[in-house]
Amino acid sequence: MEFSYYLQYLFSGLTNGSIYAILAIGFIIIYNSTGIINFAQGEFVMLGGMIAITLTNGININLPDFLKDTVFFFLNSSHLQIKLPLFFSVILSVLITGFIGSFIYIFLLRWIKKATVLRMIIITIGVSIVIKEIALLLWGEKVKALPYFVGNEVTSIQIFGAFISPQVLWVIGISVLIVIILNLYFHLTLQGKAMSACSANLTGANLVGINSKKMITRSFFISAALGALAGCITSPITQTQYNIGSPLAIKGFTVAILGGLGNTTGAVYAGLILGIIESFSINFIPVVYRDVIAIFILLVILVIKPSGLFGKKNVSALKEF
Amino acid sequence: MNLKKHLPYLYFVAVVVFSQMLLSLVGMEYFLTQITVTFYYGILIMGLAVLMGYAGQISLGHSGFFAIGGYTAALLTTYNLLPLIEKKSSLALLLTNLGMTVTQTNVYGKTVCYLQPLAAFAIAILLTLAISLLIAIPVLRLKGHYLAMATLGFGIIIEKIVTGTKALGEADGLAEVPAFKLFAGLEISAKADIKVSNYYIAAGILLIGLILIFNLIRSRTGRALRSLHGGDDSAGAMGINPYRYKVIAFVLSAVLASISGFFLTHYNGGIGPSEASIMKSIRYVAIVAVGGMANIWGTLTMCVILNFLSLRGYFGSYDDAVFGTILILIMLFAPNGIAGLGGGLFREKIKYFINKFKKQDSK
Repeated sequence: MEFSYYLQYLFSGLTNGSIYAILAIGFIIIYNSTGIINFAQGEFVMLGGMIAITLTNGININLPDFLKDTVFFFLNSSHLQIKLPLFFSVILSVLITGFIGSFIYIFLLRWIKKATVLRMIIITIGVSIVIKEIALLLWGEKVKALPYFVGNEVTSIQIFGAFISPQVLWVIGISVLIVIILNLYFHLTLQGKAMSACSANLTGANLVGINSKKMITRSFFISAALGALAGCITSPITQTQYNIGSPLAIKGFTVAILGGLGNTTGAVYAGLILGIIESFSINFIPVVYRDVIAIFILLVILVIKPSGLFGKKNVSALKEF
Repeated sequence: MNLKKHLPYLYFVAVVVFSQMLLSLVGMEYFLTQITVTFYYGILIMGLAVLMGYAGQISLGHSGFFAIGGYTAALLTTYNLLPLIEKKSSLALLLTNLGMTVTQTNVYGKTVCYLQPLAAFAIAILLTLAISLLIAIPVLRLKGHYLAMATLGFGIIIEKIVTGTKALGEADGLAEVPAFKLFAGLEISAKADIKVSNYYIAAGILLIGLILIFNLIRSRTGRALRSLHGGDDSAGAMGINPYRYKVIAFVLSAVLASISGFFLTHYNGGIGPSEASIMKSIRYVAIVAVGGMANIWGTLTMCVILNFLSLRGYFGSYDDAVFGTILILIMLFAPNGIAGLGGGLFREKIKYFINKFKKQDSK
């Protein structure tokens, strides 16, 4: 095989890998602040993609009769249509999904007293099912996709002989940006530091006057919004369907474990590793079984080194594995 | 004989017999078919109740174990061994010499040779044992709820394998599974004329399972499992190895799931990939949660009611959504199950009124 083929596989691996990394970071943000593994994390990716697709395609709103004349007067058309340009629909979809995430925490998890982790996890499983079913109801079984950010399916850039869609560069670029911004947020801003404090020691954070519930709500918002953004940027390449959530959640979780649960930089490396392994695996095993690799890696890493490849020993000693 | 200990089983038998007589009397015997299916699911539910209620672990891959039992039964009892025997394959000859094969003429007048269902049963159980140990031994050593993720992954693998492998029928599943012949001419199959006898066979298998499970719960192992729910540390302080008992609970529930899949496949005469889907696993978790987890009778009742409603199609296309919603609502408002909710509220109310009267008296 030629060098350019390898490069092609490498780029496809990097694309998937950066999505896994973002998903894993979403897991980590919630896990750090609550100890919950949020099974609905994958559904946020699906929701983000679906909402953005709906907004770009336009929603027709049926108005009641008495409003029709007024609307006709202003818009010169009898029905109201909301149709946004791609950029704004992505932004709006990310915000909406973020709010859905924080509402899930506020209405379903925040008010439970003495909640065991088992109970919390079962609730998030239920949430993921309900979101999936609502999505099936709203958008049907059809596979949908956002338009390419630049150009179309056949546009490609040649890098060292490999043909790469510009969307791949978008995905990698935005992922890098997300990681940088998150790192700055957690290390430089007061809000981010307060959030890190909650994850380090919840009681301690409460004692120094941090409103931990507010911070956890915020972490749900960020994690859902991240998932949605990942869903939007990959939608043109990988397409969006109502049931893409749970396989993605498994992969995100695998990456989070592989990177040492709680370690965002580790998650990025682990995500890229998993993505590249998956894309090169096509040479060895049938495509149908591609999803099996991640689960296999998950089981192997749980056996050999549950603290992850990039987890620090002294940090992982403090955590529950 | 300790009658009080055995009274629940008598109630169970009474309810089973009474329901059959009532349904036959009213002329709604067709309900018995669905109830029979729910009894087979009940075997799986019992095991999951032990895992969730006693060992405090959650499995999202039980439909995978169910599928292992079902697909092993379906594949082995419909796979024609005759070409292998003619080729003098040593394994096939060995099986024939051990009397594990059945030679018969099929509907097309062709002579075929299948494996005995009982041999398939043994293979299914061994396979389940091996796979569940493979998952349990590494994963349960960790704290937290890694088992949930690992079993979810396992479930997805099984689903992919089942829908992606040609020998397993891909999206169509496997059909024409022969009836499971018991003694005295009884057989497990969904033929209309043996509906009633099959209803009693299913109830009988479930009853045997129940007696075994309750014996286990009352034994030393059961007490050890019960102590796990309070927390690993306290159980460890009592000299119990939490890891070992969690593995036991997981393997036991996996084997029960496999048995349930095995019998149901023989009863239905086939199995499809929908039985291996993740949604099924989550449905089982929901049923156990509604029933109150550690409450075996409660989970069994909910299993019969919910599965019956679902099989009769009362939930329509919202089937999965119903179970998801049930899961959320139960975990939010009644983590001890519906029975716990009723009892709790009732007791609170009585206490409230007693206190009120006491206050009035003292005035």
